[in-house]
Amino acid sequence: MAMVLSEDQQLLRDSARSFCQDNAPISVMRRLRDEKSELGYDEAIWQQMIELGWPGMAIAEKYGGFEFGYTGLGLVLEETGRTLASSPLIASVLLGASLLSEAGSEEQKSGLLPQVASGKLRLAVGVDEGPHHNPSRVACTAMKQGAEYVLTGAKSFVLDGHIADKLIVAARTSGEPGSENGISLFLLEAGCQGLQIQRTQMVDSRNAANLVLDQVRISEDSLLGSEGAGFAALDAALDIARIGVASEMLGSVQEVFQRIVEYLKQREQFGVQIGAFQALQHRAAEMYSEIELCKSAVLGALRCLDDPSATAKDRARMASLAKAKLSEVSERVSNEGIQMHGGIGMTDEFDIGFFLKRARVAQQFLGDASFHRDRYATLHNF
Amino acid sequence: MLALEQFRDSTRAWLEENCPPSMRTPMVPEEIVWGGRNAVFTNPESKLWLDRMAEKGWTCPTWPAEYGGGGLSSEEAKILAEELARINARIALTSFGISMLGPVLLEYGTHEQKMEHIPKIIRGEIRWCQGYSEPGSGSDLASLGTKAILEGDEYVVNGSKVWTSYADKADWIFCLVRTDFEVPKHSGISFLLFDMKSEGVSTKPIQLISGSSPFCETFFDNVRVPAANLMGRLNEGWSIAKRLLQHERTMISGFGLASGQGDRGGTTSTTASLEGAAMHYRGDKDRLTDPALRDQIAQFKIDSEAFALTSQRSSEESRQGGPNATSSMLKYYGCELNKRRYELFLKAMGSQGLGWEGDEFEAEELQVTREWLRSKANSIEGGTAEVQLNIVAKRVLGLPDMLSLASKK
Ligand SMILES: Cc1cc2nc3c(=O)[nH]c(=O)nc-3n(C[C@H](O)[C@H](O)[C@H](O)COP(=O)(O)OP(=O)(O)OC[C@H]3O[C@@H](n4cnc5c(N)ncnc54)[C@H](O)[C@@H]3O)c2cc1C
Ligand SMILES: Cc1cc2nc3c(=O)[nH]c(=O)nc-3n(C[C@H](O)[C@H](O)[C@H](O)COP(=O)(O)OP(=O)(O)OC[C@H]3O[C@@H](n4cnc5c(N)ncnc54)[C@H](O)[C@@H]3O)c2cc1C
Repeated sequence: MAMVLSEDQQLLRDSARSFCQDNAPISVMRRLRDEKSELGYDEAIWQQMIELGWPGMAIAEKYGGFEFGYTGLGLVLEETGRTLASSPLIASVLLGASLLSEAGSEEQKSGLLPQVASGKLRLAVGVDEGPHHNPSRVACTAMKQGAEYVLTGAKSFVLDGHIADKLIVAARTSGEPGSENGISLFLLEAGCQGLQIQRTQMVDSRNAANLVLDQVRISEDSLLGSEGAGFAALDAALDIARIGVASEMLGSVQEVFQRIVEYLKQREQFGVQIGAFQALQHRAAEMYSEIELCKSAVLGALRCLDDPSATAKDRARMASLAKAKLSEVSERVSNEGIQMHGGIGMTDEFDIGFFLKRARVAQQFLGDASFHRDRYATLHNF
Repeated sequence: MLALEQFRDSTRAWLEENCPPSMRTPMVPEEIVWGGRNAVFTNPESKLWLDRMAEKGWTCPTWPAEYGGGGLSSEEAKILAEELARINARIALTSFGISMLGPVLLEYGTHEQKMEHIPKIIRGEIRWCQGYSEPGSGSDLASLGTKAILEGDEYVVNGSKVWTSYADKADWIFCLVRTDFEVPKHSGISFLLFDMKSEGVSTKPIQLISGSSPFCETFFDNVRVPAANLMGRLNEGWSIAKRLLQHERTMISGFGLASGQGDRGGTTSTTASLEGAAMHYRGDKDRLTDPALRDQIAQFKIDSEAFALTSQRSSEESRQGGPNATSSMLKYYGCELNKRRYELFLKAMGSQGLGWEGDEFEAEELQVTREWLRSKANSIEGGTAEVQLNIVAKRVLGLPDMLSLASKK
């Protein structure tokens, strides 16, 4: 497993970086926030991302993608994290397309994945039902009635749930909440009868939604994979998304750190640059060390996703490692981002606060540090 | 002893009679009374309570009666505080006049200055703001450059301040100005008091990351201030400034104290206590099932309780001498505790603690998110955490100072 990037990957990263810096800088995010954008991202920028092929980056060629691997997609996400550029990449591609690839039939995949790759179709995935990530705690039920399923229950924190064209929802066909057996995956149209979608405006100015499913009737063709056996595919797709989110967090963490170091060199108090104070120097040097580990954790996890010999358990271990580490370091670095800037760091006019807000949402999303440490321990049999 | 018991009885009786019913319910942010010329009382009983407490001087219980204070001994003040706490009485008046300016005015002001300003602070008639920080002078406060030049019997003030909390709502400012440019920075600073309505004063609110705009940029353009408004002696303002900061820090360190029973004040809601929130948002009944979070919350509460005891010990020990350098330790610790408290609330509440607005969140959930963001300022305002630790290292531990050692070489 190479821990350096290939030439192609470096090129991709460089072009993603200049795209984000030039076309999707943090001022775009501020504008979306001020406009209380319903979408939560900029449509024109998303179209440009589609032209660059980002949605199809990790999708197989036969389904209209570029098969450039998850490492490539991770590099792109890292760059979006530097400028806090939001897009449907996380909900539609990382979660949605991955879940389709993992669970869908040949027909479902060839019908839908090309549309995701070309940006024509936006997906969202509904898993959690409470304020804390817990994918096996599905209580939402799906009852088979003839050739239909009837879904009843609720979903929370469904990223982009209010703008998706189709939603994939985890529901229980048997078993009790907490059990991995009995979870099935269903593909719903956003406008289907009985489905209520309420947008939630989050502190990071991106949007999620709460769903209420009140006797939603769908045909049995909407089942992804086999009944009651959806958890493995779900968890595999979640692992891909967890690693993708960790990549995005890595970009944000590095950006905050870079801003901190620049400020330590620029701001003067007591007649010297504040970076001359060892109290700050050592904390900066510690953060540097932690971020080096973060880079390796994320790259290691991305490589694992692209490694055909890796097992689902290998991927799960790396996903929890990366998400736990990045959640921990991103809390620390985002706090230091405010503290080391002093009063100006607390102002809305200054961008550093946006990183703090995004950090906490990204930390919680798909499991916080504590969730993933616990899962890591379980995966390592202790 | 008998006298104190009598004092307790009469205080209890007076409070029973005079504290209006709604003033015995937990404080809500919109009803905090800051006083001032433009004071708004969203609850009329707040005004009644303020007037009754001010009449007895109990908004400032230990301040001398000759200026309208309560004139209580520290033992009596403690009893009053206990009796107020017993009925969950709200604070009648919150102000920088009480927590910051008043104590130094009593220590350094002339009789005339005390006569003019102290009664208005006690009655909540004048609201004060603090003009210390400048764009180039934050931690290095003593480098400040706002200048005041004596012309006849007036100072002419020019310059600007920044992060001035509530400057747009305040009536008067206590302001650090440079009055001598030829001497080392600490020796040319003076302490001026002036009316924010003076010609040449303007303010511009700055928005915080939490969405509210409590502080301002404050500009002085040829502001004329009567020479009699100088507090203390010319060019000796730095000692007063530092003294005031000790009072400020003692006040801010109170952020570390839990009020009432819970961790967020005496409310009975789901987010009143950390453990309550943690169990509620996990669907736990009588035991918090997440062992990691349980451990962190317990650790926080242990530190929080030990901190409360330390604050109490410190104030009892220093009752004679007033606050001292340990106020830096308390400020540092209290603020770190408050930041920890809110990070734990976020962990307890999961995605419900991360809303910004809208109907999908309860009002109090949105409130927690905003409070979490606001708490990040605690270790910056009133001198940063780093400045407090430097003071502890230098003044309490007597450790050598890098900068001055290096300059001696
Ligand atoms: C909400 C809020 C309300 C405020 N209200 C008021 C008010 O009413 N009136 C008023 O006058 N001011 C007010 N302030 C200003 C506050 O006192 C200053 O922000 C604070 O003193 C820090 O100054 P600065 O912002 O210039 O940061 P800087 O001094 O530039 O500090 C930047 C970073 O460098 C660090 N640093 C600086 N010197 C050292 C050192 N020697 N060793 C180690 N680290 C160091 C700091 O700790 C900080 O982390 C308020 C601030 C906030 C956030
Ligand atoms: C919000 C805030 C609160 C503060 N509270 C306190 C406090 O309670 N107690 C406190 O001691 N400091 C306080 N300071 C100052 C703080 O101690 C300094 O940031 C830090 O200790 C560096 O010291 P200095 O500002 O005195 O400057 P430096 O330039 O570093 O001074 C070097 C040393 O010389 C001394 N010195 C030089 N000339 C004079 C003079 N004319 N008068 C007095 N001292 C002189 C200083 O005290 C210091 O020890 C506060 C600063 C801020 C921003």
